[in-house]
Amino acid sequence: MRSTTLRHSAVALLAGLLVLPLGAWADWGALNMPVGVSELSAEVHALHMRIFYICCAIGAGVFSVMIVSMILHRKSRGVTPSTFHESTRVEIVWTVAPLLILIAMAIPAARVLIKMEDFSDSEMSIKVTGYQWRWHYDYLDEGVAFFSALDADQNLARQLGNDRDLERFGDSYLREVDNELVVPINTKIRFLNTAADVIHSWWVPDLALKKDAIPGFINENWAEIEQPGIYRGKCAELCGRDHGFMPIVVRAVEKEEYVAWLEEMRAEQVAVADTALDERSHDALLASGEAVYGTSCVGCHQKEGQGIPGMFPAIAGSAIATGDVDTHIATVAHGIEGTNMSAFSSVLSDAEIAAVVTYQRNAFGNDTGDSVQPAAVAAVRSSAALDADVNAGTPTSDIEGVIR
Amino acid sequence: MSANTHSQDGAHADVTHHAAGEDHDHDHAEHGPAYGPMRWITTTNHKDIGSLYLWFALVMFFIGGAMALVIRAELFQPGIQIVDPMFFNSMTTMHALVMIFGVVMPAFVGLANWMIPMMIGAPDMALPRLNNWSFWIMPFAFAILLSTLFMDSGGPAGGWTLYPPLSLQMGDSFAFVIFAIHFMGISSVMGSINIVATIFNMRAPGVTFMKMPMFVWTWLITAFLLIATIPVLAGAVTMLLTDRFFETSFFSAAGGGDPVMFQHIFWFFGHPEVYILILPAFGIISSIIPTFARKPLFGYDSMVYATASIAFLSFIVWAHHMFTTGMPLAGSLFFMMTTMMISVPTGVKVFNWVATMWKGAMTFETPMLFSIGFVIMFTIGGLSGLMLAITPADIQYHDTYFVVAHFHYVLVPGAIYSIMAATYYWLPKWTGNMYDETLGKWHFWISTVFVNVLFFPMHFVGLAGMNRRIPDYSLQFADWNMVATIGAFGFGFSQLLFVYIVVKAVRGGKKATAEVWEGARGLEWTVPSPAPYHTFETAPDISRLAVR
Repeated sequence: MRSTTLRHSAVALLAGLLVLPLGAWADWGALNMPVGVSELSAEVHALHMRIFYICCAIGAGVFSVMIVSMILHRKSRGVTPSTFHESTRVEIVWTVAPLLILIAMAIPAARVLIKMEDFSDSEMSIKVTGYQWRWHYDYLDEGVAFFSALDADQNLARQLGNDRDLERFGDSYLREVDNELVVPINTKIRFLNTAADVIHSWWVPDLALKKDAIPGFINENWAEIEQPGIYRGKCAELCGRDHGFMPIVVRAVEKEEYVAWLEEMRAEQVAVADTALDERSHDALLASGEAVYGTSCVGCHQKEGQGIPGMFPAIAGSAIATGDVDTHIATVAHGIEGTNMSAFSSVLSDAEIAAVVTYQRNAFGNDTGDSVQPAAVAAVRSSAALDADVNAGTPTSDIEGVIR
Repeated sequence: MSANTHSQDGAHADVTHHAAGEDHDHDHAEHGPAYGPMRWITTTNHKDIGSLYLWFALVMFFIGGAMALVIRAELFQPGIQIVDPMFFNSMTTMHALVMIFGVVMPAFVGLANWMIPMMIGAPDMALPRLNNWSFWIMPFAFAILLSTLFMDSGGPAGGWTLYPPLSLQMGDSFAFVIFAIHFMGISSVMGSINIVATIFNMRAPGVTFMKMPMFVWTWLITAFLLIATIPVLAGAVTMLLTDRFFETSFFSAAGGGDPVMFQHIFWFFGHPEVYILILPAFGIISSIIPTFARKPLFGYDSMVYATASIAFLSFIVWAHHMFTTGMPLAGSLFFMMTTMMISVPTGVKVFNWVATMWKGAMTFETPMLFSIGFVIMFTIGGLSGLMLAITPADIQYHDTYFVVAHFHYVLVPGAIYSIMAATYYWLPKWTGNMYDETLGKWHFWISTVFVNVLFFPMHFVGLAGMNRRIPDYSLQFADWNMVATIGAFGFGFSQLLFVYIVVKAVRGGKKATAEVWEGARGLEWTVPSPAPYHTFETAPDISRLAVR
């Protein structure tokens, strides 16, 4: 063929294809799997590099033969084609040789896998529950449990059209949470993953941990972290609209520091529980309501409560947010079946629901002047009748009717 | 091009013989195509139906491609600039459904319709009316599927894998999506039954199984995979439907069901489906490389056995898609080993192609370029697949862009390239005109540069921790995502060149000979170009069939 340039670019491209994978070889943090901070993660990394090199070698071998063939065995060089077309011996060689390579790869892989699945002798357990779209951590037998969601500031910044100045977050954009998971180093920690709504997956690359969190089932996972530090991860299983926005932050600290932190958390939780149903001022409700709105509502109902027409109803001027208070509370607490409005009763406390309902009834020009107290939420929550009604779907259709 | 410098078993004599034989057709003008749109609606001719499938796939290719560009445009920079995350999820879901069920599968069925009867010396498909029906279901199925994007609730946004409970949260579009999938499945199963019936019953005398061209073999095995797995998918989505509307709890733990069971059932369909999307490609490449290397396919028998082994193994590897769901250790080990095993027959195929090229006398026309591109880039995808088989490493790779890079390498420069190669290879036979070779080469090189710019960086961001199906990402992934988006737009728009080349060849151009390619072997090259409306009404002379 006349096109020498094409031929040269062909060779250049094929050479480029061969060289490109080697680019991933260096331990460039941004290009390769992290070595991580546990024995297991280092072993997984070593396994990954080993297969990677084997694959590069196989690729280089196959592509070299092809390239040589394409250079030598072209009609334009006036060659006469051979007619050979089978060889049982050659077929056996290239069936058996790969098998041997596979066995060489499978043995170390099986060893690491067996180690990964060994949950014995764990020193503490943390139950990890996935919610749309946040994580709940429960330190079993320690009396400490809390939710962990995307940092409110980042949650606002990531909204459609709000993406100005993400640089200020640096490398932690979408990787910062309100409450970090604090764990001790040099301790075999067992994680028990489950979920409340849909399937999530708890993934922290530096710990080589990724296990699905499945509603109704509990999955085990373990890690023994060797260095103190902050390790970031994300939900890895598509879990709905805000799947990309449920980060994980693990702060590994010395054991003493961990014990002190536990004490502090316990004291804090007791204080919160004692005052859970206390009367709050209108302004206090508004302030904390705005924060709750920022983490829990803004994703769908948007910054100004305007919603997204056709997908998520507006709160500004909505019949629910300006109508009957109990219906409003019930909508937030129980969600609306068959829509994207999920139930927040297990995710938010009475005080938080009270605050966010108060906020919604006074912000965005709703101006009802209502103050909703935690006790009112508790009343709605325990109202079996309403509960049953909402879940049975009878008033659901009413509520839906109101929304549309 | 057709200057026959090397002896090809007296091929010319055969061509003349058949060209004369086809004059017979002209005596039956009433058997020619009808005129107007009714020709296409009522046709039972395998060539017409093949063309319908191929045009349909081409249209869907641009619809699915436009969705991919929405995804890549949103990912051009960190932050959410263009679409709501819910719509983004609809785009990823629909892109997959359209590309798999609307592009690759119909394109392969179209090629099967056109080529299988001509390759085995049959006058038509065995079940021509079923053939018409299996095509005409498709536009309706996709009209239903695509219409969900315009519903208040938006389209399906839970991923093409439809994992419950998430897929059960879908709005009004849910039932439409399920029914669309049922229709696509019915169409596929009917198409497959037709292909199996044709290959079993319609071979010309003397065309034994071990003399069939590889494309016929791979499609025969693919058809069996389809018949075996599509009903499984139908079962899975029907259970979703009853869970949603009829109070069953197949996949709800609260009612005694198990969400992971769906994944097992889905991937029991889904993994063979992966091979449904690639085996016909193997057949195409096995036809094209010998032609342009002017040398018979190396290891025909082992190619057949390798294809059968891949098909068998594809049924016992499904749970490698589910290593993070918490399988028992024995399960993980089993699925790791079987998955690794698949690389053996796949490797045999690649080695055989390379051995076919070795010591041939190669020329590099567009079909050959796409085939060589296929072998190289499919191998890259295959090797990353081998990495994914290693369970402990997969725990890190799973649901990241590394996986996205892997399956796009086997599907785009893999399956799609094979379809492009097949189109260029057989287009002169279909239209009677040569396509524009210079433009064809441009199409190949532009596509190949951009497809690598698009998908290669995904390996890096995946390994570095970018998970898939997210509309926004951390700043450290920004550079490579920008590169990938540039590649996506380059690749997407360069496919307009493909449309231009095809339309140009359909409308006219240098007349093609019956043989078209110097080294071409097989019965399809014994009929004139363009192939007459009816071919092989009498049994052909099969001396040019020789596959070895």
